[in-house]
Amino acid sequence: MELMTEPMIAEQPKTKVKNSSGCEKPHIEVENLNLYIQGNHILKNINMAIPDKSITCIIGPSGCGKTTLLRTFNRLHDDSVDVKITGKLFVDCEDIYAKDTEVTHIRKKMGLLAQRPCSLPMSIIDNVVYGPRIHGVRGRRKLYAIARHQLNAVGLWEEVKDRLKSPASKLSIGQQQRLCLARGLAVEPEIILGDEATSALDPISSKTIEELFLSIKDKYTIVLVTHTLRQAKRIADYVAFMYMGELIEFGTADQVFNHPKHKLTREYISGGFS
Amino acid sequence: MLRGRLLKDKIARHYMLTATVVSIFVLFLIGGGLFYKSLPILQEKSLWTLLTTSNWRPFKGDFGFASYILSTLSVTGIAILIALPLSLLTSIYIIEYASPTILRYFSAVVDLLSGIPPVIYGVWGTLTIVPFISENLAPHFVEFSTGYSVLAGGIVLAIMIIPLIISILIEVFSAVPKEMREASMSLGATKWQTVKKVVIRKSFPGIVAATVLAISRAFGETIAVLMVCGNFTDLPKSIFDACYPLPALIANNYGEMMSVPKYESALMFAAFLLFFIIVIFNIISRLVLIQIDKRYQL
Repeated sequence: MELMTEPMIAEQPKTKVKNSSGCEKPHIEVENLNLYIQGNHILKNINMAIPDKSITCIIGPSGCGKTTLLRTFNRLHDDSVDVKITGKLFVDCEDIYAKDTEVTHIRKKMGLLAQRPCSLPMSIIDNVVYGPRIHGVRGRRKLYAIARHQLNAVGLWEEVKDRLKSPASKLSIGQQQRLCLARGLAVEPEIILGDEATSALDPISSKTIEELFLSIKDKYTIVLVTHTLRQAKRIADYVAFMYMGELIEFGTADQVFNHPKHKLTREYISGGFS
Repeated sequence: MLRGRLLKDKIARHYMLTATVVSIFVLFLIGGGLFYKSLPILQEKSLWTLLTTSNWRPFKGDFGFASYILSTLSVTGIAILIALPLSLLTSIYIIEYASPTILRYFSAVVDLLSGIPPVIYGVWGTLTIVPFISENLAPHFVEFSTGYSVLAGGIVLAIMIIPLIISILIEVFSAVPKEMREASMSLGATKWQTVKKVVIRKSFPGIVAATVLAISRAFGETIAVLMVCGNFTDLPKSIFDACYPLPALIANNYGEMMSVPKYESALMFAAFLLFFIIVIFNIISRLVLIQIDKRYQL
């Protein structure tokens, strides 16, 4: 029963990375974050420090704010109308919602995998090197090397090496999702965000993506929003349970799944509601 | 019961088929009719002479269409050169940067603009563009210009087709999925990089289609152009010279001087030329679009 004495919020992350500016915090730390869309209180006072170099799954019923929270991490709400955000969100100790924070370098630190893979309207290789290109990497050899390296990392190289110049939209949807991951990795992020990244894929493709996440988690901080509890059980190191815009419980996967503290969490993971 | 429904289905299908065939057939009917009417002049003169000479003396039986064709092409060319960049920038701003409120009001204004009758654009051009060219612009380049010119026609035409292009482009740009923009932005691209490399690229076939539609419209625009381009039959040597596009030629002369031999036939040939240019232009652009689609699979 020792586990029961653990605090509801996970202890500070196991690895603290000191970056060049001497940041002592984890990659992502959320402080009193509130978000309103058209006056509706969508995220309510969220506080969490996402542990580095591990997989954190955000679970919860539909409409609980999981995706909204994920999108605040790289300021994807910027272009939405009538969205108000208060509180602080630190990425590498930088408050990204501070007034004068420049957004592109923050987004560069994160790769985003959307629900449906969204290949850009260009060739396979151009998709992968899109990020490096916009950040100023030049030279055909260099870009080719990046593409090869990243496509290898997601296990796509062997499948596409003979048709790098053909349109990315010709790939199967599972391949496109891996391509999107490679594209995200190519900007050398520290963080990977996945918004139900496997929900549009067939079982085999989602298994491939899951395995990819597991194989790269020692290098990246991965945050996944997922609808499937089973997926969270399979791959999560830490689990955050959200309900009605509130963070109800956040801890290690073992703790949340096997010894949930909150009644709502218990009900949700036992299938009481969804 | 079933019998009745099936019968209705059958009738409906045949009815719609007939309607479709008729509407397509009209195209051939117009083309064929114009061609038939212009046969007399084609039998008298070689096609080459008609297309490459610019002498127009109906009483002597000289019919050269070169200056009309050149006028039509140059006025349209100038119009599209002015209109396309302006419309592109405007619609990108409206869709990517402006707030939805602006989009709402702006769309209404654009629709209003495209509803203004051409003759009003013509009057406005005569009152403002023509004197501006003659007094302020032309003196820097040529010795004398009345202002009634290729350029005036081009500018007025540009202003007329801008609303058309913008309203199509707004549709085209809004059709680019939000996720695609987010994919680009989440890699750290700026808005402008996203627009340039993703939105415009994705919309390229749509931009081509909008341009084609605008050009087709510009080819045929008659009254506004007629009012500002001078209607003078000679090969224009600069954009400050007067010109005489095909639609203006037909509109100004059809119904008059019909006693002059071959005159009607010559005007019919002018109409056929215009028809032919537009049809060929549309076919070519269709082929280009298919190629683009094949190449990029956007």
